[in-house]
Amino acid sequence: MARRSRKPQPAAAVTPAGPPPPVIRVRGLTKSYGHGDATVHALRGPEDPVDGSPLGVDLDIEQGDFVAVMGSSGSGKSTLMNILGCLDVPTTGRYLLDGTDVGHLDEQQLSLVRNRKIGFIFQSFNLVPRTTAMAQVELPLAYAGVRAAERRRRAEAALALVGLADRADHKPNELSGGQQQRVAVARALVTAPAMLLADEPTGNLDSRSTEEVLAIIDGLNATGRTVVLITHENEVASHAKRVLRLVDGQIVSDLRQGPVDGPPPVLAARQSATRQAGQLIGGAR
Amino acid sequence: MIRFALAGLAANKVRSGLTMLGVLIGVASVILLLAVGNGSSAAVKNSITALGTNSLTVSSGAGGGARTASTVKKLTVEDARALADQANAPDVKSVAPVVTTSAAAVYGDISYTPGQVIGTYPAYFETANQKIATGDYFSNDDVLNSRKVAVIGSTTAKQVFDSEDPIGKKISLGGTPFTVVGVLATKGATGFNDPDDVVIAPLPTVQNAFTGFGSVSQILVQATSADTTTAAQSEITQILMGTHQLTDPSKLDFRVSNQTSLLSARESTSQTFTVLLGAVAAISLLVGGIGITNIMLVTVTERTREIGIRKALGAPKAVILGQFLTESTLLSVLGAGLGVAVGIIGSHFSVVGIKPVVIPSSVFGAFGIAVAIGLFFGSYPANRAASLRPIDALRHE
Repeated sequence: MARRSRKPQPAAAVTPAGPPPPVIRVRGLTKSYGHGDATVHALRGPEDPVDGSPLGVDLDIEQGDFVAVMGSSGSGKSTLMNILGCLDVPTTGRYLLDGTDVGHLDEQQLSLVRNRKIGFIFQSFNLVPRTTAMAQVELPLAYAGVRAAERRRRAEAALALVGLADRADHKPNELSGGQQQRVAVARALVTAPAMLLADEPTGNLDSRSTEEVLAIIDGLNATGRTVVLITHENEVASHAKRVLRLVDGQIVSDLRQGPVDGPPPVLAARQSATRQAGQLIGGAR
Repeated sequence: MIRFALAGLAANKVRSGLTMLGVLIGVASVILLLAVGNGSSAAVKNSITALGTNSLTVSSGAGGGARTASTVKKLTVEDARALADQANAPDVKSVAPVVTTSAAAVYGDISYTPGQVIGTYPAYFETANQKIATGDYFSNDDVLNSRKVAVIGSTTAKQVFDSEDPIGKKISLGGTPFTVVGVLATKGATGFNDPDDVVIAPLPTVQNAFTGFGSVSQILVQATSADTTTAAQSEITQILMGTHQLTDPSKLDFRVSNQTSLLSARESTSQTFTVLLGAVAAISLLVGGIGITNIMLVTVTERTREIGIRKALGAPKAVILGQFLTESTLLSVLGAGLGVAVGIIGSHFSVVGIKPVVIPSSVFGAFGIAVAIGLFFGSYPANRAASLRPIDALRHE
């Protein structure tokens, strides 16, 4: 995997002309469940200093960034992820995705946004049962109305990118957890979305598969894809360029670990290591 | 899309199969039961033509109004003679008085009781549309001389003689020996009785041996043509009122029945029967449709998570709706298609003596209704699936 993700040269790929608009701009976002006294604020942001009412979460995510959202369970990180993924609607606040205010979109347009702009990776893989890997990856393209031949070509490319070209005809129950998650990654990136949303993508994986999946995500980010990743493992968060910590529906810390337009920290470190090794072994290629 | 739907159905083969079976039975029963009803009315129509449309039956008994038995004058051979008078009844072609009785026929060591023993005149054969297959009819001469000869129906011939040639053989009817002179052509059962199970002998011979020289059971009259049956009917009524000394036409002691009207009454009965069968079948089709709804609801619930995944991948509502509608329609189309096949195959076998005749419109109708039912009953679960919020669907376990 590491070999494959080395191919694109990140330094050359990302050359932003001026500061690009943020992929995600969130203002005063709150989400609450229930009514009256039983109201639970899953997302609240800082409290209003005057009357103590929640002001909501503010957040900007730049194009090409790799953000890890951390927090214990119940901290509101999944709620944030669902809203960012247009799977759920906020109680209050504005959410601009790629410059579009998604609050004004109807059901039909929202499904279009999910299809074109967002690629999901779930903790439990969420592959469609009884469907081959190839068909899984073709699915979002089919919903986008891409023609069969083109669909197949792009799905093959996406599967090759995650190293599963030889597993295209396998159904989910014939694949290991790591392979299933890699199919899910291929499915998420096949539409070339504005951002990848990963909800604890490695939560159900063993350490080897975790490595593989994170390496792919690193590689995708290195080619300029915006990634928002939810996790509660520090190990996973160390791959991100920016780490947000959520506690009780508030962002309590925002830590930058690497530059927005550079490679992700782990990949950068490994690249410098493999570059040295490559000079020793792979020079003939 | 159809491939997706097929895969969805194949995932639960037993369930899909049973649902299809419901539709299959519905469609097949509609086609088959309507075919049986149609077949029975077709059989009635056939027997109308077999009996001859210009024959009239005169039978004794009160046609209308209450009347005590003592005042009823029985039909006699004299009545028949009066009807045969060309001057009074110009529209009557031939007259055959009929007595019927029952007796065991003995031949060698075989004893068999035919359905009817009929004593009559040779005119009966033409009037009742009875044709000879082998041998000959008995003649007027046989009647005048009370000869002990008989013509037997094909069923009787088979029962008594099996493979032997009955012509010229003597059978004993109630102790009286009769020589078989002819065998009637097979008319075929109409479903209610067997017209081929008869022994027909000259009237005086049967009267002498069995019924005595009193009244006759019926007088069979043949009108000159199918168009003159009504005229013949009124002539018969006039003549018999004279011989029976009746003045009030509303108080007759005999009935003149037209075969056609008799059988059209029977035909309308069989039509009612067809409607009834159709209603039962339609109910079973409806039950099949409800089965589809039930299964699709189960499928939607079971696949809520999958629907959530598809929505997260950007499936528009119409696509989800389409997918589930395609599945339910496919279920009903396949079920209906197989039902049509089973119905048509099944109609090749006769049911309780009735040969079913498939009504083409019932095939298309049943198929169309089944498909419509699939769409209609599938739309509720499909709509429910498509309207699910993606987050709720994804969280569903």
